[in-house]
Amino acid sequence: MTGRLKLHRRAVVKALLKDATDDLLVIGGLGQCAWDITDAGDRPQHLPLWGGMGGTVMMGLGLALAQPAKRVLVITGDGDMLMGIGSLATAAAQRPTNLAIVVLDNEKFGETGNQATHTASPGLGPTDRGAGTDLAIIARGSGIADCGTVTEEDQIPDLVRAARTVTGPVFRLVKVMVETLPLVMPPKDGAYLKDRMRQAILGYV
Amino acid sequence: MDWRDQIFETLEGHGVRQVYYVPDAGHSKLIQRCQLSNTMKAIVLTTEEEAMAGALGAWLGGEKAVALMQSSGVGNCINMLGLSKTLRYPMLMIITMRGDFGEINPWQYSMGQATPEVLKAMGTMVFEVDRAEDVQATVNAAANMAFEGQTAVAVLLKQKLIGAKNFVGKKQP
Repeated sequence: MTGRLKLHRRAVVKALLKDATDDLLVIGGLGQCAWDITDAGDRPQHLPLWGGMGGTVMMGLGLALAQPAKRVLVITGDGDMLMGIGSLATAAAQRPTNLAIVVLDNEKFGETGNQATHTASPGLGPTDRGAGTDLAIIARGSGIADCGTVTEEDQIPDLVRAARTVTGPVFRLVKVMVETLPLVMPPKDGAYLKDRMRQAILGYV
Repeated sequence: MDWRDQIFETLEGHGVRQVYYVPDAGHSKLIQRCQLSNTMKAIVLTTEEEAMAGALGAWLGGEKAVALMQSSGVGNCINMLGLSKTLRYPMLMIITMRGDFGEINPWQYSMGQATPEVLKAMGTMVFEVDRAEDVQATVNAAANMAFEGQTAVAVLLKQKLIGAKNFVGKKQP
């Protein structure tokens, strides 16, 4: 069924982060999204996660509320989003105008052997099937008014605008291919990653 | 002054800006004061672990956060509490106890009795309060240690202080 999924995640993330300015703060969910944002160019304004599965949107929310003049972009996967699904409602209740959430949905738990997530089609074989869970509909139902799904190359410019400039909260589901990609590892020390982001944002640790 | 108001004023005095909570009857007055505050954002959660990640985001952006919950919610936080230890950021928790002194709902006993131990197992410092006159000083000490020491600190408000939940007047089936 991967023929349905056409977009390359690294190209999507490179487009999302192209010409990033210092006021673009990015949280990358654990696993492939952390490697993706690092592949696009590691910056102190990036927090690539090595753990904390399910907490990515909440980190973005706390940061967006603390820094209303900066743009906060959460880039995470379908597995992480499913684990923290309630955080969509929590974020919606706060109406953060500077928060954008982009979920790269390859319908797999990519770090653990590509087991199907709930977003996979229900009509597949026993090792590949899910429930056809639509995270954009869940986000909309959670109270995030501006939601959309991206499946085609020609939607990328609109996706970038939504992620970078449109008044939030914004949610975009991007259906991406299942790919085996080189690991591009960010720094692993959590305290260092936190301190460098605070230094970049606040001018002190 | 009522100890609930003392907690609010202590948090306000420390400059806490983000208040993450899953409601508890014991916290209801404090939650309401935070909701009505001009300096604080009161953030209702679907599960307590959201507070652990939200507080990280707040700290990255230069704001102080606190998490309010009842002891049954502590169990939901355990894996996410590792974030505070790994990234070394403040995680101040104020927890109202259930399954503790005089509790008559046995479904609360298991998590209530395990609460201090599981917090300590995750490296969280724990201070227990069972007298109204100790609340302000304990919350103040915990806030100082969390925000200055960039670590996880929990204050447990025991049922000797808050009272056991009263089920009187509820009809038996």
